[in-house]
Formats: sequence, structure tokens, C-alpha cells
Amino acid sequence: MKMIWEFFKGTLVLVFRGSKAYYAWVLGLLLLMAAGAAAYVYQIQAGLIVTAMRDQVSWGFYISNFTFLVGVAAAAVLLVIPAYVYHWKPIKEIAVLGEMLAVSAMVMCLLFVTVDIGRPERFWHLIPKIGILNFPQSLLAWDVVVLNTYLVLNLVIAVFILYNLYHRREPNKSFTTPLILFSIPAAVSIHTVTAFLYNGLGARPFWNASILAPRFLASAFCSGPAFMIMLFQVIRKYTKTEIKDEAIFKVAELIAYSMFLNLFLLGAEVFKEYYSDTIHLAPMKYLFQGLHGHSSLVPYIWTAMIFNVTAFILFLIPKTRENFVTLNIGCVLIFIGVYIEKGMGLVIPGLAPDVLGEIYDYSPTGIEFLVTIGIWATGLFVYTMLLRVAIPILNGDFHVGEDGVTPVIADQMFILQRPESRG
Amino acid sequence: MPDKETREQKVFRLSRRKALKSLAAAAGALALPGKDASASFWESFFQKNFRELRKDELQKILARMEREYSAQYGKPVKVKATPPREGVQYGYALDLSRCIGCRRCVYGCVKENNQSRDPQIHWIRVLQLNKEKGVDLEEAEQYYNPAKVPEPGHFYMPVQCHMCKNPPCTKVCPVQATWTESDGLVVVDYNWCIGCRYCMAACPYGARHFNWKKPGLPAAELNPDTHILGNRPRPVGVVEKCTFCIQRTRENPGRYPACVEACPVGARKFGNLLDPDSEIRYIIENKRVFILKEDLNTQPKFFYFYAT
Repeated sequence: MKMIWEFFKGTLVLVFRGSKAYYAWVLGLLLLMAAGAAAYVYQIQAGLIVTAMRDQVSWGFYISNFTFLVGVAAAAVLLVIPAYVYHWKPIKEIAVLGEMLAVSAMVMCLLFVTVDIGRPERFWHLIPKIGILNFPQSLLAWDVVVLNTYLVLNLVIAVFILYNLYHRREPNKSFTTPLILFSIPAAVSIHTVTAFLYNGLGARPFWNASILAPRFLASAFCSGPAFMIMLFQVIRKYTKTEIKDEAIFKVAELIAYSMFLNLFLLGAEVFKEYYSDTIHLAPMKYLFQGLHGHSSLVPYIWTAMIFNVTAFILFLIPKTRENFVTLNIGCVLIFIGVYIEKGMGLVIPGLAPDVLGEIYDYSPTGIEFLVTIGIWATGLFVYTMLLRVAIPILNGDFHVGEDGVTPVIADQMFILQRPESRG
Repeated sequence: MPDKETREQKVFRLSRRKALKSLAAAAGALALPGKDASASFWESFFQKNFRELRKDELQKILARMEREYSAQYGKPVKVKATPPREGVQYGYALDLSRCIGCRRCVYGCVKENNQSRDPQIHWIRVLQLNKEKGVDLEEAEQYYNPAKVPEPGHFYMPVQCHMCKNPPCTKVCPVQATWTESDGLVVVDYNWCIGCRYCMAACPYGARHFNWKKPGLPAAELNPDTHILGNRPRPVGVVEKCTFCIQRTRENPGRYPACVEACPVGARKFGNLLDPDSEIRYIIENKRVFILKEDLNTQPKFFYFYAT
């Protein structure tokens, strides 16, 4: 018990120490979080009227971000499978970074849902026994269960592995292996359940297509890993962590396959709607061409299409995949492309035109942007804090002392002032 | 199963009260909305789902609501909890060949059911459709504003809650804040709804409406005869909907919904589907009846028909 307490105290010491760059980064995030919190307090006081959502488009930017981030979280599995199922060493060394990214993304998801609901103080109605969780009937209840399970699962795996490394011993396999194996279907399930949340609504033809869950997974395995590739480069440049090129290139290769599937499934859906030309076509027309003079989403979705296709080509060709300039361009394109496609590009056409044919052009208000920025800053803050502890453990700068109780902190800087050249 | 039985059956969750009390202490420390922190704030905060209330608890809540609304609106307000009547299934029929699109039903409903005036919330939406195109919702116009109705070449289709037998909205609610009563009415517990709006995404008829801000209901315009699951003043941040005027139709003798009374051309028909001699049964059996979005298998108890 004392050992755990000392470890915990050590982590607290760590997060308060760092280079100037680290302080500046954390302070910047805290400021953005404060701005978001202030906007949220205003929203609580005035009601959701301060957003651009209305009865016609009853979900907007918050739920779009939520949907996208569930995909980012689910993508951790793309590191877990090669690392722990195939024991591929270059990725095994960084899999824990992916799991922590999943934790941060889950935190953001839960925050986005919280800011979207009209009566957040009644959250306890969702707690089984104390409240009433409408399980298994409501897919939203399923989402509550799987998202929280996935969050706890990744947190437990990451903390357990790190705690053992801190004590300079191999994590107990009989504890980690079942959890890690379980995290694979759990990752698939969070995104499947989120897809089913939309998918199960007969009233909304744009979502009511059985191809939706596979499309969600395919796009998730593009956006999440693209984000990781960029993160890994930042991490290895500004901290002492070493991440091998081959690990990054392997992830990029996996993205190429996923993007192929993503584009193929999208094509299948577009074909079905346009060729059969039923009344179900309206939402897709609204998205891709504009409908009855309403075309606010059109430039966005075509940007997303061009970005995704370009990135696919960049990742498909080994030469551009293994060149860091083109690789990073591809990552940025994918991240933005999928963010549009799985965010607003999915949520809004499901709701507009609405069930009685009315088109309300939704575009988020300043308050929605502020709250959203605040939540993204919170996610990055959580990830930074996790890295602040994890990275010194991984490279041996934070470990238990000779007496087996007091922690040794060798690392004071965390973010290096002068980036060293990669070893 | 009658609602009474379900309600009594669910009262087993006694341990919950204990849990709630400790939760109260924790939440109190967090100091939620400070300015409202009166005893009644906490009472309504910890109020159970309507269907789990014991009789005495319900009576206390009704008394509390009457007290609060009367003070807030400066006149005596009645809050009823009239239970469903046995042997009744409410049904609605609307004659499309008669409707002229005047929207008196809309405003009759607003007045009776205490909907927000600012921003406006309408439980009934009247669609103006093109005679040449028929019931094509893509061509529907809700914001028509001519000097006189009906406009030539057009017909009108009012849409409100269809009281589906297979309602997609109650199925998706994550906290069971909305359900079907034994007389077929789909209702919302405004004190239990968390405002996630999943039911709004699920409803194929656009019948559910959200309180995006605190409802603007002038005291002078408040209808003081209210039902706890119907037209009592609603809080901000929850979903509300048509209840076939639960506060009128569940009375004995039952009264017509306000929209039926308001219709100047008699296009709206209402009655008990289980009564073979009722007008609604006559219409279903003898007129050309159709259901909106029949393919979705929602099985509405709201029927459109052409009498002529």
C-alpha cells in the first residue's frame, strides 16, 4: 500500500516539474480549458439555445466530435494487435502510448456527451440501481456501458504495465494478456455500438444503412493511427523516447489498407443511393450536391473526399509512405478528411432534411466552438499528464529506489529545450 | 400490464433512497446551482421516475408542484395525475379533404398545453403540400403565409405525435423517461428526462420538441388546469410532446383534445378505438384511411383519411 502511495506521490512531483516549454504548453492548455469552461457555464445558464442546434437538427458539433473521437479511441487496437498478438517488438514498445491516447479520447468523448445534454445534473439517472439505465433496449445505454468499460480497461492496462516497469519488473502476463485480448473486441465494440446508435433509427435513412458500422471502423482505423503517427514524431523529437521508423511505417501501411476499405464502402453506399434514386437519396444529395438551394455542407464533403483520396495514394506508394514529408502531409489530410466525413458529414445529413422534409442549415456558434476547443484542450492535457509520467518510466528516468519504496526521479525536463537528433 | 401494477412492482428499489442520500451529501459538496438551493430544489433533484413513485410520494410531489407553480404564476394552479382509464385506447383521425391549413389547431394546442411562446414551440406542424405531387414530404412547406387559405393547388397535412403502438422514441431513451401508458398515450416525465434528444432523432414524425431555453410562458396565458405528464409548465433542457391533451381526455366524462375543438371545419376526429360504436372506429372501417410512413412499422394510432 505504501509503495502505491509513494508511486502516486512521485507522479504528482513529476507533473509539476519540467522545462519552460513544458510549463508553457500546460499553461496554454489550461487557459483554453478555462475559456471552454466559461463558455460551458454560460451555456448552462442560458440553455442550449446558445448553440445553433434546433428541433430540426437536434444534434450538432458536439455529437460530431464525439463520433469522430470514438474512432480515434478505437484505433488503439491497431497498435495492440501487432504488439501483443503478433509480438512485433517495434510496436510493442509504443503500444502503451496508443492505449493512453485511447484513454484521453474516451475522456473527451464523455465530456462531449455531457456538454450536449440538456440536464447534465441528472447524469445519475443513468447509473444502474440508483437511476434507471435502459439496458439493453437503448443503444445509448449500450454506449454508456462500452465507453466506460473501454476507458477503465485501457487505464488499467496502461497503469498496470507502467507501474510494473516503474518497479523494474516484467508485468504479470497472466493479468495483462486476458485484459489486452479483451481490449481488442472492446475497441471494435465501442465504434460498432456508436454506429448502431445512428444505424438503428428507421426514421433517418442516411444512417439506416447496414454498411454504417463497417464504414465507421474503416475510417476509425485511418484517423486514429494518422494522429498517432504525428504524435509519435513529436514525442520522439521533444522527449527522450525512442520510436523506430519501421514502427511508424508499419502503422502507415495499415492506414493504407483501412483507407482503401473506407473509400470502397463509401462508394458502395453512394452507388446504392444514386442508382436506385429513391426518396432516401435526399440526405446524400444534401451532402454532396446541395438540395433545394441548401448547400452548406457541399464544399466540406468534397474537401474531405479530395483529402482522403490524396492521402490514400500517398500511403499506398511505399516511396511516399516512407518519406516523412509526404507521410506527414498524408496524416494531416486523413485527419481533416475523416474529421469532416465522420463528424458533421455524418451527423448533419442524418438530420437534414428532417423527417418532415424541412432543411435547416446548421453551423456551430462561437459558444459551441469555445466549448469544443476547451474539450480538445482537456484531452491533450490528460494525454500530456499521462505522457509526463509514462515517458520517464519507459526510458528509466522514473523508477523505484534501492529501498523498494521511495521513487527516484532522474528526469526534470520532460520536454527537451534543444531537440536532439534521433538515435 | 396495467400501469398501476408496474408502478407498484417497481417500488422494490428501497435501497436506492439510501444511496441517494449519500449521493446528496456528495453532490451538495459540489454545490450545484447555488441560487436555487432551497429544500424543494433538492426534492425535485432526487425525485424518482414517475413510474416508481408510491401513491403518497406522488401526492407530495403534486402538492409541491401546485405550490411552486401557483407562487410562480400568481394564480392557483392544479396539477393532476389522472391515471389511464380501463378499456380505453385513444385514437385520432384527420380528414385531409377537409383541412384548410388555417392552423387554429396549432394555436389552440399552444394555449391549452402551455407551450413556450418565446421561443415558440408547436406540437402540431401543418404541412402545405402540392396536389400534383401528393404526400411528398420533400415538397412540404411549413412556413406558408398567404392572406387566405386554402391556396389553390394545395392541400394541408397537420402532423403531431402519432402515439405509435411500436414507438421508436421510447425504445431509445437511455433512462426510461418516456413510455407508453396503458391507454396508448406516449408520455414524458419532465423531471426524469436528461435532455439527450435521442428520442427526437428516432421519431419519424418530428413530434418531439426540446426546450432549448427556459420556456417563455406569460403568467396571464397559463392554463392552470394541468396534468403532471402533460401540460404543466416544463423546465428548460427537456423534451416535450403532444399527449392527446391527457388533462382533458382522461377526465370522466372525457373531453376532446383542444385541437379537435379548435378545428373550424371538423377535420379532426378523436375517440376510443376499443369502442365499436365510436366515430373513430366508423372512420377506420368505412373511409379511405392511410398511415404516414407505414413502411417504418411504427403502427400509429393517428390515421389520415379522405372523407369525400
